[in-house]
Amino acid sequence: MSLHLQNIDHIVNGVPHISGIDLALEPGSFNVLLGRTLAGKTTLMRLMAGLEPPTRGKIIMDGKDVTNVSVRKRNVSMVYQQFINYPSLTVYDNIASPLKLAKQPKSDIDKRVREVAEMLHIEQLLNRYPQELSGGQQQRTAMGRALIKDADLILFDEPLVNLDYKLREELRDELRDLFKARNCIAVYATTEPNEALALGGNTAVLHEGKLLQYGPTEQVYREPNGRFSAEMFSEPPINIVPGRLTDNEITFDQTLHFPCDDKLKRLEPGDYDFGVRASHLTLQPQRADDLALDVHVDVAEISGSETFLHVHHERFPLVLHLAGIHQFSVNEPLKVYFPTHQLYAFDKQGHTVHIPVRQGGAAHG
Amino acid sequence: MAEITLKGLAHSYEKTPKGASDYAIRQMDHVWHQGGAYALLGPSGCGKSTLLNIISGLLEPSEGDVLFDGQRVNELPPEERNIAQVFQFPVIYDTMTVFDNLAFPLRNMSTPEYRVKPKVLEVADILELTPLLNRKAKNLTADEKQKVSMGRGLVRDDVTAILFDEPLTVIDPQLKWKLRRKLKEIHERFNITMIYVTHDQLEASTFADKIAVMYEGQVVQFGTPRELFERPAHTFVGYFIGSPGMNFMAVEFRDNQVMFGSQPLPVNEAMERAVADASNSVEITSNNIKLGIRPEFIAISSSPSADSVPIQVTSVQDLGTYSLLTFKLNEQTFKARLPEGHSPVGETAFARFDDAHVALYIDEYLVEAGHE
Repeated sequence: MSLHLQNIDHIVNGVPHISGIDLALEPGSFNVLLGRTLAGKTTLMRLMAGLEPPTRGKIIMDGKDVTNVSVRKRNVSMVYQQFINYPSLTVYDNIASPLKLAKQPKSDIDKRVREVAEMLHIEQLLNRYPQELSGGQQQRTAMGRALIKDADLILFDEPLVNLDYKLREELRDELRDLFKARNCIAVYATTEPNEALALGGNTAVLHEGKLLQYGPTEQVYREPNGRFSAEMFSEPPINIVPGRLTDNEITFDQTLHFPCDDKLKRLEPGDYDFGVRASHLTLQPQRADDLALDVHVDVAEISGSETFLHVHHERFPLVLHLAGIHQFSVNEPLKVYFPTHQLYAFDKQGHTVHIPVRQGGAAHG
Repeated sequence: MAEITLKGLAHSYEKTPKGASDYAIRQMDHVWHQGGAYALLGPSGCGKSTLLNIISGLLEPSEGDVLFDGQRVNELPPEERNIAQVFQFPVIYDTMTVFDNLAFPLRNMSTPEYRVKPKVLEVADILELTPLLNRKAKNLTADEKQKVSMGRGLVRDDVTAILFDEPLTVIDPQLKWKLRRKLKEIHERFNITMIYVTHDQLEASTFADKIAVMYEGQVVQFGTPRELFERPAHTFVGYFIGSPGMNFMAVEFRDNQVMFGSQPLPVNEAMERAVADASNSVEITSNNIKLGIRPEFIAISSSPSADSVPIQVTSVQDLGTYSLLTFKLNEQTFKARLPEGHSPVGETAFARFDDAHVALYIDEYLVEAGHE
């Protein structure tokens, strides 16, 4: 099945929730909708499912216009943030319920329930009731119900957000593998850039009801088409420093001058926003042309194996993403090194005008 | 100011607990030193909320003592313990102004008004709430409300410790780091014992100088964020800290080698001796001997070397700042982290485990090789 959203607008009480979205999803594709809260992810999924019709535009499934076809007549499954199961039914009957509704033969149902339960590692819980399960097990049950019928379209609305991160890690891995073998279209909404990267497939970046960019996940990450797309798709967010490009040099903050990359010289002189990834800033110089900056520490956010170091220069803040555990005191003075050959450039309309060459060459084909 | 000591502490919700599994907190001794920034970290159901309620006085422990500066406080109700608490959801009076909210705990203790005002202004200044002092609390954003909650604890000079229970849950992801910074700053300035309870390793490691990791009712490690990462004292810490967590191999000493199933592992001499000792020890009856290695300390290469093992690569995921390589060794799945720009590898490759970071676990606890 293919799914094509054509020039969709959705307006609720005079407020646009979705504006001019055009998006074509291929059969068998895994698609991530990435955006902050209220970017329009849930609304877009509701329109895809047919829970409500869009204000304007068409929804085409396999070449057929289904814009006004209700959800009941579409072959769609949905998994929500909250763990939604029938409390009075066992895990077995919860998972079996879509097939029972479809009046399938008992022996087929039994076979499918066991297959799905095994895939989701809940085969030993089939006789339990939802309230006897942990959050992760409840969400696996809800997923089982979504996966058991051969839906053309499966929608996941931030399904892991209420689980602790270890479970998220596991389920995310499993989900990716589950969909390798399927032919349906999967759509997965998340606010987390790292989740999008971990899931792979394609990513659509949404912001304020608009589609900023759609393409293979890695490509969207490496080649954002604009400043917003770059900011939405990085955690910690890409650093943006306003500067001026003259013939041979770039100036930050009117005082920091440095010679610019040959490729950047092709740009028209003028004002730009320069982007540098948090992981490309370092505490030791990597190259002779690195720019040394005197900064003060705001806070070092430490997650198990890495450190997000927030600092501020006189006029602009920066975030560094460092491997390993590094502790710093608030307001500690520090030198950080800014890689002048790793700059993205955005024009003042926010369009990408320059993308740096990848470090270490094309590592993964 | 307080040092909080837990002595022989245990708690069961059962009237007559039968075995270890009936205990939410298993027998433990622990000291939270005066002025420390601590975190209590663990998955849901590990007992951390029970422990927090025992410290704050909401719950009386069934065994052992809670001491504040050496004084037993088991039966003291929360209001007599001089402890402030900040919860997941801000606890403030919506109809009052920010000023009155901050002044409330002081006025409640009949503090003279001439002393209330300077204290409120001081705390408001630190929390960057000064411009909002005359606003009604209900008009504040979630992060501003949470700062008011914290402020209510900080105005009181008699507060000896502040307990935080997942205080950043309702804060927008983009604003969290600012509040984390504020919390650090407050700790450095006030010299108050702070205990931060969370299931989130980032919250814990960012806030705390030392973290107590709880698992099945016990503190399995009390250490700095770096220690938890580099020397997990228990396999659970290895698994829980880091993303993905540590890889483990069940090993034995056979044919004069350290064997992981049918795969001999090239380890250094001290480790080889330690595994041999454990395998032959009469005291160790469990045969539960594991080696742990974090994904960060596995080097992958296309060609073999003296100390590498052959592996089957199942996938390489580009995660932007690094790549995650999944491989099979002895039928078991492993994860390795490759730096950005790492050269590509084929389906068959070679893994080398960094000697300094291979850890030995006997019955799930770390044993230092060469220090016995």
